[in-house]
Amino acid sequence: MAIGDMIATRDGFGEEIVKLGQEDRNIYVVDADIGKSCKTGKFMKALPEQYVNVGIAEQNAAAFAAGLATTGKVPFVVTYAVFGSLRMCEMIRQEICYTNLNVKIACSHGGLTPANDGASHQAIEDMGVLRTIPNMTVIQPADYVSAKKLVRAAAETYGPMFLRFTRDAVPVIYDESAEFTIGKAVKLREGGDVAIIAVGDTVRLALEAAAALHEQGVEARVLDMHTVKPLDTEAVNACIADIGKIVTVEDHNIINALGSAVCECVAEAGRGIVRRIGVQDQFGESAPYERLLAKNGITTENIVAQARSLL
Amino acid sequence: MMNEEKVMQLKERAKQLRKTAVTMIYEAQSGHPGGSLSAADMVAALYFSELNIDPKDPNWPERDRFVLSKGHVCPILYAALGLRGYFPEAVLHTLRQEGSMLQGHPSMVKCPGIDISTGSLGQGAACAVGMALAGKRDGKDYRVFTMVGDGEVNEGIVWEAMMCANKYKLDNYIMLFDNNGLQLDGTTDEIMPGLDMSKKAADFGFDVYDIDGHDMAQILEAFDRIRAAKNGRPKFINARTVKGKGVDYMENSLDWHGKAPNKAQYESAMEQLERGI
Repeated sequence: MAIGDMIATRDGFGEEIVKLGQEDRNIYVVDADIGKSCKTGKFMKALPEQYVNVGIAEQNAAAFAAGLATTGKVPFVVTYAVFGSLRMCEMIRQEICYTNLNVKIACSHGGLTPANDGASHQAIEDMGVLRTIPNMTVIQPADYVSAKKLVRAAAETYGPMFLRFTRDAVPVIYDESAEFTIGKAVKLREGGDVAIIAVGDTVRLALEAAAALHEQGVEARVLDMHTVKPLDTEAVNACIADIGKIVTVEDHNIINALGSAVCECVAEAGRGIVRRIGVQDQFGESAPYERLLAKNGITTENIVAQARSLL
Repeated sequence: MMNEEKVMQLKERAKQLRKTAVTMIYEAQSGHPGGSLSAADMVAALYFSELNIDPKDPNWPERDRFVLSKGHVCPILYAALGLRGYFPEAVLHTLRQEGSMLQGHPSMVKCPGIDISTGSLGQGAACAVGMALAGKRDGKDYRVFTMVGDGEVNEGIVWEAMMCANKYKLDNYIMLFDNNGLQLDGTTDEIMPGLDMSKKAADFGFDVYDIDGHDMAQILEAFDRIRAAKNGRPKFINARTVKGKGVDYMENSLDWHGKAPNKAQYESAMEQLERGI
């Protein structure tokens, strides 16, 4: 894949998990009957002995995976983000996080991306809910390349993790040689007037906004905060110290995910100002994805406007 | 043929577990005596006879697993672990105390011998399916026992777990059903009527064993039959039990689900348990 090519992050997961499973026979996929959408079909065919489908039973999927993990397996539990966070929430808490077992919850259809499915299938609370559980790591890659690299990093790093992928094709941002470390933001652009911190599919919007701001003589630092927890506080504090003006962007409720985490840093630093762009604490509906983003102000234009409002 | 001496020894162990569990709850002035006492005979049979375990190596990969899905009755499990030497017996006096490995509900990260943490009901039964599947896939001979309460099967995840055990033909998955007839707010029939669990388990593809859960010979015989039945079907032991078994004022009483005895009650309980059931 070349930079600019269009492909969904879920495809990156689906390809890399097969390689990981072939390299390490302890890697398992636990599906809950939406494997086709979540791109585990190749894994199912290639590695049937490392594959389980528990049916439409997400609660069992999570607890079952915890049992697998006690024997040294590294299960990836796969479903949509809304079910992989809320439906199995308490199993994640008691059997995966409290036990600190090596289970990865790997979900597609994060944020508003299951747009036509409507609010029932859109995940706007997932990262926020899971961020509050001790021992949990929360990751959302911005493109196909980082999806592959972060899935690999997750497999190689012990501990409970939530990996959030999305349905729609997004442009490839990274070269195949890019390196990623869980908990370490990627600085995609340097600038001293405003910082834009984004996660997941909205990183592309942040980059577009930074280019537009540049045309207007405003230089923006852009961070890909692929790990929402543990937050790269060093990178955020550098934004506070160097710039002090921050716009956060995410396809998630503005409550309790990236925007909130950055605000926590800013409040503790006692300086700086933040504008949070994200879902406006309201449910979605069936509509084209770009329309849902626009209704919540998750657009290049609004990032530009919010950034300019801080200058 | 059942070995009479073995039955006698295990009954003595069950008595010891009951006294230890009630003492723990009395000392802590907190805990769940009713279900601990209904489960006692099965726990004694597991830890002093049936389970292939090594207290010196609690995480031995080849070991049989026991998941106490009804985690609130952990005093009876802690008693068994302590008496089997998983930790010093002095630890048994620290139930529910700050810093203790004996949490109010079992924690695998704090207490050796706990195969997975439980407390929130239903989940352990599903964890045990994952353990059993891993054993099958890895070609290991270990078995996974899980004990669920008769109130606990109100939880949907138990049924999800049972379907899954059947799908993957896990004859190494053994569910012990502590059928004591009472849950917290009332009898199991009042709270959720019409649960003929032996029939339902059979419908879910399980081999079913109906036993008196306080008859040690019957418990051992069920274990023997299960060991021999490597037929691709998961196992369900429907054990009729009495909540609070062995202490007259606790037996069949809703009041003693989660309450600690006072001094006089404790002394009476010890005397009754010593006399034997």
